[in-house]
Amino acid sequence: MTPTLLDTLIREAHRSGDYQPLLEAIPYARLLGIRCQGGDTLTFHLPPNPDTIGNPLLPALHGGVIAGFMEHAALLHLLIAMKIPHLPKIIDFSTDYLRAGLYRDTFAQCQVWRQGRRVANVAVTAWQTAQTEPIATARVHFKVDEP
Amino acid sequence: MNETALLQRAQRFLSAIRHAQVLGLILERIDSTGLVLRLPYAESLIGNPATRVLHGGTITTLMDTACGISTLCVLPTFEICPTLDLRIDYMRPAEPDRDVFGFAESYRVTPHVIFTRGVAYQDDPARPVAQVMGTFMRLGKGARGEDHLQRGIDAGEVSP
Repeated sequence: MTPTLLDTLIREAHRSGDYQPLLEAIPYARLLGIRCQGGDTLTFHLPPNPDTIGNPLLPALHGGVIAGFMEHAALLHLLIAMKIPHLPKIIDFSTDYLRAGLYRDTFAQCQVWRQGRRVANVAVTAWQTAQTEPIATARVHFKVDEP
Repeated sequence: MNETALLQRAQRFLSAIRHAQVLGLILERIDSTGLVLRLPYAESLIGNPATRVLHGGTITTLMDTACGISTLCVLPTFEICPTLDLRIDYMRPAEPDRDVFGFAESYRVTPHVIFTRGVAYQDDPARPVAQVMGTFMRLGKGARGEDHLQRGIDAGEVSP
């Protein structure tokens, strides 16, 4: 995909408010099966998928999948909330695992705590059965100033 | 533990992790000081379709897996050690069409916690794609499913 085509896809998603085509265009998001639900608060959804299992006995999701899901949720949330015209670049990512991520639906919501001219700070919370009992929290820094 | 036993134990552990198989992670080498995993470049792991750079999540999974396996290097028998926290700093994008390697080591072991660190790179570990620190919990005896997995991974009795 050319950079121009990707920019067009992002612009079109901002215009229509439907970000699913953009998600579909990102191979890793497609591999995990990440979905995005609109409404008052953006919610990201990772449906159970046997390919994402890390611990075969519980079974539980791979910690890297939970992290990758949260990182991608943060990136899209920032892109959508701030109407950024290109994919932000990740600087660093830190995650705390609070409970086992079991083999079931996983959700994530994000909050942009700070967006400066060059860098944004985004917090992510992921949960399964109850939003008040997160399985993991994370914070991500993105570089937002360059295409 | 001798290095052949460690290698076999690590291979069995890696092969039990479904998502590691989906990413195609390969154990390149392991000894008592640490290990190297290889993440083969694949179109399905791209995060930016314009630049074709791998998604950060794949680097995180490579390094979480490498740091997790590094606990085998410092423990006399296999223990399930879930990740407590993981921090990853991205130094530079990984170049497309080329594999990424992940080195990890456990540098401090306590009765309940193991501290690990690692580096993701392509040519030269001194020019890292990412730096990582991870902390892992030791659950102790009686963790759910541990006996089964321990027998499978330590002795190869059970296919995990």
